[in-house]
Amino acid sequence: MLKNMLKATVFATTMTLAAGAFYSPALAETVYNRGTAAESESVDPHKTSTVYEANILRDLFQGLVMQDEKTNLIPGAAESWTVSDDGTVYTFKLRGNGLWSDGSPVTAEDFVYAFRRLEDPATGAEYASMLYPIKNAEEVNTKKGKPEEMGVKAIDATTLEVTLKAPTPYFLEMLTHQATYPVSKASIEKLGADWIKPGNLVSNGAYTLAEWVPNDHMKLVKNAKFWDAATVKMDVVNYIPTEDRSSAMKRFEAGELDSYDDLPTEQLADLKTKFGDQIRVGPQLGTYYYAIKTDKAPWDNAELRNAISMAIDRDFLAEKVWQNAMLPGYSMVPPGIQGYTPAMAKFADMSQIDREDAAKKVLEKLGYTPDKPLKMEIRYNTSENHKNTAVAIQEQLKPLGVDVTLLNTDTKTHYSFLEQKGDYDVARAAWIADYKDPETFLGISRKASGNNYSDYNSAPYEAAMDKAAAAGGKPEDRMKDLSDAERVLIDDVGQIPLLYYSYHDIVSSKLHGFVDNVMDIHPSRFVSKD
Amino acid sequence: MLRYVLRRLLTAIPTLFVIVTLAFFLMRVAPGGPFNQERGLSPEIKANLEAQFGLNDPLWLQYAHYLGNLLRGNFGPSYNMPDFTVGELFAKGLPISIQLGASALILALLLGSVLGTIAALNQNKLGDYAVIALATAGSTIPTFVIAPVIQLLFGLTWKLLPIGGWGDGAFINKIGPILTLALPQIAIVARLMRGSMIESLRSNHIRTARALGLSDWSVVVKHALRGAVLPIVSFTGPAAAALLTGSVIVETIFSVPGVGRYFVDAALNRDYTLVMGTVVVIAIFTIVFNLIVDIMYAVVDPRVRYD
Repeated sequence: MLKNMLKATVFATTMTLAAGAFYSPALAETVYNRGTAAESESVDPHKTSTVYEANILRDLFQGLVMQDEKTNLIPGAAESWTVSDDGTVYTFKLRGNGLWSDGSPVTAEDFVYAFRRLEDPATGAEYASMLYPIKNAEEVNTKKGKPEEMGVKAIDATTLEVTLKAPTPYFLEMLTHQATYPVSKASIEKLGADWIKPGNLVSNGAYTLAEWVPNDHMKLVKNAKFWDAATVKMDVVNYIPTEDRSSAMKRFEAGELDSYDDLPTEQLADLKTKFGDQIRVGPQLGTYYYAIKTDKAPWDNAELRNAISMAIDRDFLAEKVWQNAMLPGYSMVPPGIQGYTPAMAKFADMSQIDREDAAKKVLEKLGYTPDKPLKMEIRYNTSENHKNTAVAIQEQLKPLGVDVTLLNTDTKTHYSFLEQKGDYDVARAAWIADYKDPETFLGISRKASGNNYSDYNSAPYEAAMDKAAAAGGKPEDRMKDLSDAERVLIDDVGQIPLLYYSYHDIVSSKLHGFVDNVMDIHPSRFVSKD
Repeated sequence: MLRYVLRRLLTAIPTLFVIVTLAFFLMRVAPGGPFNQERGLSPEIKANLEAQFGLNDPLWLQYAHYLGNLLRGNFGPSYNMPDFTVGELFAKGLPISIQLGASALILALLLGSVLGTIAALNQNKLGDYAVIALATAGSTIPTFVIAPVIQLLFGLTWKLLPIGGWGDGAFINKIGPILTLALPQIAIVARLMRGSMIESLRSNHIRTARALGLSDWSVVVKHALRGAVLPIVSFTGPAAAALLTGSVIVETIFSVPGVGRYFVDAALNRDYTLVMGTVVVIAIFTIVFNLIVDIMYAVVDPRVRYD
């Protein structure tokens, strides 16, 4: 009996393993197993919000303009474009050979439909604001205007005209965002909500969606109808969510993943020793900052805010707490945007000891000493690194007579509290660039911004930002105005920038075309494998 | 018996109703909502989203809608994964969690019972100490330690198993998660079995059986085992409900696309409908398995009657 059971088990195992072999790709097929730290929420360009689906949508769809492997702006679905002298009318010429994956042509009408769909309140698009620079787009989204009134028009099948409400020099950069990608009008009208399902999804990018098993994998296969299909090297791209970063490292080592977009930062030194050049760490356009209640005593005192900011040892945070997975930050706009010089805090070049001495003097002048400490609460959302950062700052401020208490809540509670303008002193926040322009970082400190958790309200700042917005066609003037605005913000300590983000990827030495860049963007279209 | 089963199933309905109601309102009491995130949304955009999911309706209306949909078997859309309904997510994930959980449970019951019996028959001897040591280790070493060790040894060092992933359901991908799920359960079953077996072997009817000259095999298997298995049956109900509805840790570490992860992720994301879906599934599993355990009691112990 036992013998028979053993035989049966061995037979069943052999058959299963043999069956497993059939799941392996055909010999000639090149497969890129791309590890990601989180599952995607959606593959509908109008319903996405995270960077995880941004990577996937960049493979599936092609906007009017796109980014190359170095994040330079390149033509996408549009082969060329012109801008009117006043900077408000963009005329895009679509590719004559641009096709959807079902073989139908990508037309200007598809873009008109997609842009209107993004702004339609019924769509519930989180990133509807991405197209707010278009005339009447915001009005449509806020139910004050009709879709037909939006400044987007199909002149003919391959000519799209977009009218902006004011010159927006970063408009083309904004068009690289996934929310602005086209969707197939015919497909959505035919299939309704099912248009998004694998096998149904019609896309115009280098890949099409073949399978999606949530929390397991999303399989993308090369789109034969893509206008530049001849240069696409990978036949299959499997996006593999691996939430547990330690498991991801083991999967990479075992060859199950070719790349992974996150690393256990606490193991960074060991990982560098083990994997060498396959570990890629470098600056990314993202700022880790503390919002500080600028409209509440005693934090309405800019001198006090500056003393607190000055006393925080950012080198320690970057090196010890974050294991060099972050860089010390002294400006809201991180370095790395061509043509822009961030306005750094004036104490950035001082030694930490001098900073602490100067901060101490200010605090003493304001009446705060270890005997009569300043009370300060730091709120942060759940994460070991956020906690360690707050604890380090608590220790750093203690000798200066600042009594720091910590309050941890989960992410939803944290941001709900901040959005509702709850009563707090200092709160952890961060901003990662949606597009490569200083405006994305500076806009969050504007009076009207929903992300202005500090309640920062400065007339000179608003004026400088307005001036930048009106600078029109002269990029260098605009960058100067934005830098002036940032100078006001930094001197006022409207926010406390602490760290710049860095990308930390692990990339197999067999992969080519995965080029390091400040946006941490790596379209699979440009990747090849030995 | 049939009447008993029907009566139990009928009483489960108000229980389920209370659970659903409590869960629905407790979720809404929690601060933050599905659309609060690091990148804040403008009030208008947030309002559009809330309108899309009916979250701008009065709470009682939302509750009434939810109950109405639930009665029609519609769990509603997932807020955080809008390409899927909650029903679709469960349809994909639940069979996977059940496969793993059932395999782990069967393995635990078989192996744990055998080990426990061996220990009881060798009380205070080497075999007993060995089983006790193994059981203690198995029940104290947490899953999040066992799983990486299995990955490291079987995946990386000996290259016998994949590190993670479901591999379209290939048998080899299931071994690591099943072992990790089963090991603590084997330990529990072995300890339970050892204790109840020792007690059973000391009972009067076993003494009588021995005195009547029955063989050891007959005494242990036909008489002692029957009584000893009752605590295992009790344990099986809640254990089955817990195992079959997936494990957060095992599914996360091995990248298994089951439903275990939804229990935590959905709550953290305030994905109300997905949370409610998980609550309903767990409640149903718990009710059904407790009922099965009660029926099993009657089968194993003829003294128990429910009519």
